[in-house]
Amino acid sequence: MVNFAALIAALWIIPGVAIILMLALRRPHLAEYLNLLTSIVVFGLTLAILVAVPNKALVTGAQYILLTPLGAWVLFCVGLVYLLASIYAIGYMRLLPEEKPRLHKYYALQAGFALTMLIAPLMNNPGIFWIAIDFTTIVSAFLVGFEKEAECIEAAWKYLIVVSAGLALALLGIILFYWGGTFVLGPTYALTWANLREVAPKVPETLLFLAFLLTLVGFGTKVGLAPMHTWLPDAHSEGPAPVSAMLSGALLNIALLGIYRFLSIVDSGGYSLMGHTALLVLGVLSLFVAGLFIVRQDGAKRMLAYSSLEHMGVLAIGFGFGGPIAFAGAMYHMVNHSLNKSLMFFGAGNMMRAYGTKSMSKMRQILRYYPVTGAVWLLGAVAITGAPPFGLFLSELTILRGGILSPNPWAVWVMAILLILIFIAFMNHFRRMIWGPEPEPDEVPTLKLSLWNSLPMWLALIPVLVLGLWWPSGLWGFFQQAFLVQP
Amino acid sequence: MLIFHLGPLATSLFSLLAILALVLSFVMLASHWLKNHVYAFAAESWTIAAISASIGYYGHYPELYIIAALTALFRGTFLPYLVLRLVKRLDIQREFTPLLKPSSSMILGAVLVIFSYEVSRQLGVALHLTDNIAVLALTCMFSLKLIGFLMMILRSEAISHILGLLVIENGIFLGSQILVPGMPVLLELVIIFDLLTIVMAFGMLVRFLQTHAGTTSSRGLQKLVG
Repeated sequence: MVNFAALIAALWIIPGVAIILMLALRRPHLAEYLNLLTSIVVFGLTLAILVAVPNKALVTGAQYILLTPLGAWVLFCVGLVYLLASIYAIGYMRLLPEEKPRLHKYYALQAGFALTMLIAPLMNNPGIFWIAIDFTTIVSAFLVGFEKEAECIEAAWKYLIVVSAGLALALLGIILFYWGGTFVLGPTYALTWANLREVAPKVPETLLFLAFLLTLVGFGTKVGLAPMHTWLPDAHSEGPAPVSAMLSGALLNIALLGIYRFLSIVDSGGYSLMGHTALLVLGVLSLFVAGLFIVRQDGAKRMLAYSSLEHMGVLAIGFGFGGPIAFAGAMYHMVNHSLNKSLMFFGAGNMMRAYGTKSMSKMRQILRYYPVTGAVWLLGAVAITGAPPFGLFLSELTILRGGILSPNPWAVWVMAILLILIFIAFMNHFRRMIWGPEPEPDEVPTLKLSLWNSLPMWLALIPVLVLGLWWPSGLWGFFQQAFLVQP
Repeated sequence: MLIFHLGPLATSLFSLLAILALVLSFVMLASHWLKNHVYAFAAESWTIAAISASIGYYGHYPELYIIAALTALFRGTFLPYLVLRLVKRLDIQREFTPLLKPSSSMILGAVLVIFSYEVSRQLGVALHLTDNIAVLALTCMFSLKLIGFLMMILRSEAISHILGLLVIENGIFLGSQILVPGMPVLLELVIIFDLLTIVMAFGMLVRFLQTHAGTTSSRGLQKLVG
């Protein structure tokens, strides 16, 4: 029997100590390696937890910690993206010489952001989960505004206000859930996911559904589901590239995990269809909005932000379909998206630094000036739109397959059409960046990218390709077990 | 459960305090002077602290006295102090570009209260709680929430947005005191500190906004679109 409490304690203490060291020593170079080392250890720990996670919900730490297969999976995605982003951050932040005196603050914030994300998925109390999510918002808002330009601060402000207002709705939902339980369990009982699920069948439908809709809208704001997505493109495009990758690849998954847990409460109450359909509708709407904005987008990172909106839509649809096949597809999609979106943001960050602009219309002939990095970025773009032979193709196809058998088969067709639209729009943008006209003589990029800039892109691309060619059978079994365990 | 066995005196006391909190939110809605907002918010927080204390007394929840004291201290004193300091630093006396006149905003606010009542009444019917204080608590909770959102929508100053958010939080706190007084105390404590952190974060960002973006009005924040 693995001692999970010790593993989890290490997972929280190590980044905590690293943050204190970084802030105390105030040495930029030391901070970047310290952060890298922390991320390697954290990745190892999340991997160890994932490998050892039992086939049941494990409650420990005086009832405050909950470890489930899905939770461990989300945690693993956090560890993975944190590692990739930490490698990339070294290369990227060195391209910003003016930030050098503040680098230790940047890395402390980045490790702090990772720490909040390592806490949230393990919370057994929905109220504390809510608080952990709130803290991820506060820390990441400062990362988004780190470069202190007008746009960055504007994005950070918008992010904090919109998400806090959204989360306030979720808190109201949690209180209504708890109130529903007091009719059964008496005025005072422990607020845990399991208790809420247990009382759900006896709570009146109106109250249960109102509470669920409030949490769906609240955490949906954090996931960035349309129409609550307005903060997402700003925050994702204005933060430093490694932060964008962590926001998109790790944070959104955690908020979605919250929604799925609340959905499981509605499921236990016997109103499965309504809850799943509500999530599905938001997912389809997100895909639709993302598609429209991707078509007419010019900012490289803004386009990727809308692509995050798209993939959160796909995940919401996957969880919304329900059933073991769509669920397995959604879980598989989570890790594929985390890897692939990190790759895309790293590539965008490199190109933005090289061409000195955020605008895709000014990034020209990328394959000529950056044959290797540009090619990896292009392959990533093919992968992120769900084309074979990459992992996202398999996972999206599995979600579609699961959807045909679900009570809402109409969404399969809408999703397929919108995915094709997004594929065309993405490829059109890349076509112009590759075969577009020559850049002006004074706009020819001269930047040489270091290994720190390109290595994490490879580290993300190779697994996405492998996962597309070979879906390990052990993983399929793990997803099936995760489906049977209450999240 | 508390809401089922309350004496008439306790019921009227809670109703009075809850309605008072609601009226104070209308004071905020009707004035464009930021200082008045902050004072009204402080008064509202003290009212909620009084609700906590009286629920602690009538419902025999001694831990609610601590919550009441902390509410008065943090929500009623420290947060208003922080926001007032921010108002002074930014040197913004009033909201200059409100979308609607005070009278129109108040009518909108009244419409929202009626809507909240209707939602709460429906919930009350579903839960067999008509004529219970729970309906009033729900009405106040939803109304404060919607009025907070209304304030955020109608006003463009960053400080007004913070205050709108605080009104929303107050609404939730008010409702939760009456509906679920037995909720784990730890959670309520953490939420109070969380609120404090977030207001400090807001304060820092507002000052960044002023120095780096040159404006604290959302009308001036128009760089990121599409």
